[in-house]
Amino acid sequence: MARDTFTKAECLYDRYVRKTKVEPDQVSTHYCPGCGHGNVHKFVAETIDEMGLQDRTIFISPVGCSVFGYYYFHLSNVQAAHGRAPAVATALKRAHPNSIVISYQGDGDLAGIGGNEMLHAANRGEPVTMIFINNAIYGMTGGQMAPTTLLGMKTATTPAGRTARNEGGPIRVVELLSKLDGPVYLERVALTDAKQIYRARAAVRKAIQNQVENRGFSLVEILAPCPTGWKMDPVDARHWIEETMMQVFPLGVTCDRTKEIAPSEAKPVPFVHTDLRALLDIEDESEGFAPNRTHSEGVERGVRLKVAGFGGQGILLLGQGLAECGMGDGYEVSWLPSYGPEMRGGTAHCHVRISERPIGSPLVAESDVLIAMNRPSLERFLPDLVPGGTVLYDSSLIPDGVARSDVRAVAIPATQIANELGSPRTANMVMAGAFARATELFTVDHLKASLPRFVKAKATLAVNETAIDRGAAHMEKLLETVMT
Amino acid sequence: MKLMKGNDAVVRGAILAGCRAYYGYPITPASEIAESSAIYFPRVGGTFLQAESEIGAINMCYGAASAGQRVMTASSGPGISLMQEALSYAAGAELPFVLVDIMRAGPGLGNIAPEQADYFQVVKGGGHGSYRMLTLAPASVQEMCDLTFEAFDLADRYRNPVVVLADAFIGQMMEQVEFPEARHELPEKPWAVGPEAERRDNLISSIYLEPDDLEAHIRKLYAKYAVMEREEVRYESYLLDDAEQVLVGYGIVARVLKTVVDDARRKGIKVGLLRPITLWPFPTQAVAALAKQAREFLVVEASMGQMVEDVRLAVSGRVPVRFHGRVGGNVPTVREVLNLLLPHDAGTGANPITGSKAPEEAIHG
Repeated sequence: MARDTFTKAECLYDRYVRKTKVEPDQVSTHYCPGCGHGNVHKFVAETIDEMGLQDRTIFISPVGCSVFGYYYFHLSNVQAAHGRAPAVATALKRAHPNSIVISYQGDGDLAGIGGNEMLHAANRGEPVTMIFINNAIYGMTGGQMAPTTLLGMKTATTPAGRTARNEGGPIRVVELLSKLDGPVYLERVALTDAKQIYRARAAVRKAIQNQVENRGFSLVEILAPCPTGWKMDPVDARHWIEETMMQVFPLGVTCDRTKEIAPSEAKPVPFVHTDLRALLDIEDESEGFAPNRTHSEGVERGVRLKVAGFGGQGILLLGQGLAECGMGDGYEVSWLPSYGPEMRGGTAHCHVRISERPIGSPLVAESDVLIAMNRPSLERFLPDLVPGGTVLYDSSLIPDGVARSDVRAVAIPATQIANELGSPRTANMVMAGAFARATELFTVDHLKASLPRFVKAKATLAVNETAIDRGAAHMEKLLETVMT
Repeated sequence: MKLMKGNDAVVRGAILAGCRAYYGYPITPASEIAESSAIYFPRVGGTFLQAESEIGAINMCYGAASAGQRVMTASSGPGISLMQEALSYAAGAELPFVLVDIMRAGPGLGNIAPEQADYFQVVKGGGHGSYRMLTLAPASVQEMCDLTFEAFDLADRYRNPVVVLADAFIGQMMEQVEFPEARHELPEKPWAVGPEAERRDNLISSIYLEPDDLEAHIRKLYAKYAVMEREEVRYESYLLDDAEQVLVGYGIVARVLKTVVDDARRKGIKVGLLRPITLWPFPTQAVAALAKQAREFLVVEASMGQMVEDVRLAVSGRVPVRFHGRVGGNVPTVREVLNLLLPHDAGTGANPITGSKAPEEAIHG
């Protein structure tokens, strides 16, 4: 700390060149006389110098008076949208865990428009450093009310003074955040006299040190003068902080878990690019599952299938299973579910296409086959079945049959059979077996062989196989009856 | 080959393309993308984070892209609306990332069923300022994987956000997918920020205070967009060579229209399909060329007419451009579109395919 405080920090640029055409050699800053940003920029810069962090630091400029932070700090710089700096900081730090991410925001940016981003970055305990300049006013836009404006304070948008009834009271950020489990270090300091300025400097230093040691989220709230916004001279402004602001925003530490957390080194995660297919569950499963279907020359085989029933009957899985089996047999397939509240509420349905040709529309507006597992589904989708089409319906739940004479109606007591197997949830596979036998798009054996591809609970494979067999056998019996 | 949902294929395509960061917020019908990402990104050493909001998520993409990472997010209409601010910032700051929009029905909360009414807010840019985003429109689960994969290359090549714009059907449906080879070598990004001395001078910003400077910057962006318009236009032509009627549609609608073309061709009606794959840059020249050959265009969308404006601009009044749209979660059906095809029998007024007497009223945009 024993450095010449009149020396410019290395990581600050020599000159401030915001408007190249207007001020080619400007050495002053864009901040007003008496502004607090200059102090805080210096604290940050000197800490970076002292700790040797210039090459590791990413500085985030906000929207507001410090929007031009990147003209001062000779660091990797990112300028963020209004209020979004904590979200930007989150991703920068996660992308480069060994970087030092410093997010620097004013009160409108941090506590107003970006309140949510601030709250959640703190709550997640993002291991970054947040510097929060609280001057109780919107400086850059010309002295409008900030979330931290004091009650009674006159601003451009509270010309008669802020009232609790109309605007609510000032937000105390470090107290608010102290209720969360995420932050490690929260402190409010003030730029008033030399003693407080020294404390402010120490707080900034600690907030950066915490990040170097990877301890967690640190935020320093700095009560800073805005003589222009407050319409005061710089000396009065510093007094006003002491006499008025600090009554509402008491100084002090509201959270310090620094010592509870051991220092560690944040390390980047290596880029994994080997064995990706296994990691992503996309290894080719079609190997050893060669198509063995036979089909007569010149007849294009395929089906436009609608499957419908109660949510919980495994309707979507039934459709998916048939599509899986079709794919394994070398068909083109598509499966389109109903989703969302309908699925959660009661009925579920899906569109399945299995085709020898590339599939145009995956939507089954007109079906060749309908599998109806309850009465509402039958009533809803039977009109879409083409004349001459087939409806397989669960006759255990729809005892009174199908009211259309131009379609082939096949009664499968799927629920009853599943109950006999002691596994009511396999009614869908009873239907799948019946479907395979009825359409002969693929063999019943192949359907059983595809089970592991869509049934996740391996313990149920055997009973599902039995269910498929029972459904197919029932269909077989019906076909024999028709023949004789 | 694998039977998979479109939304799940997006995640595989992204990771195979070298994306290692996903920041998102759940919304039906895009939630499977976040859910799959929550499983697979950590498995490959990547980052998955459910943000506090779509605003948080897209700004995290802004941060990760600034850091040079391949990063993505996904959402649907209402979430995309919230993201527009950051998309404008990212285009201005020239940040590459990928956004997947699984469109649902609006306006407002609307419902969660499929629509294509995010075209304006994505293709025309819902954010402020002069900017463009390359927009890819998959029409199959295979393309959900492939176009997401390619979107990362395009984003990096142009330093610009790229959007994969799909409707909820394409996101929710399952089809077979074959996966591309993984990218092992990713492009260097010397402009990105990071903890290295040589990056100390790097600045990610969209601010240009001087009017002349900002104009120069915007003109530079537009020179880049001009290259995209020259190099990146993609579309699929289906039986257009002798087509007298040209159907135009993208996403799920294009799938419906393909079946329409097949059915109509069987009846000897000369219909073809133009399916834009890039919505921006739009296949303007292809449409203009067809306008010299075709008698009319029929644009079909699951919206009240958004892309049709780009078709009309390209046709420039040469031939009629009709529009048919369904909304609210309804999708135009094969039969509906067949009924709109010409010619109807001069004597009876009946449609030669469907037998319907009068053409169903086309909704004119």
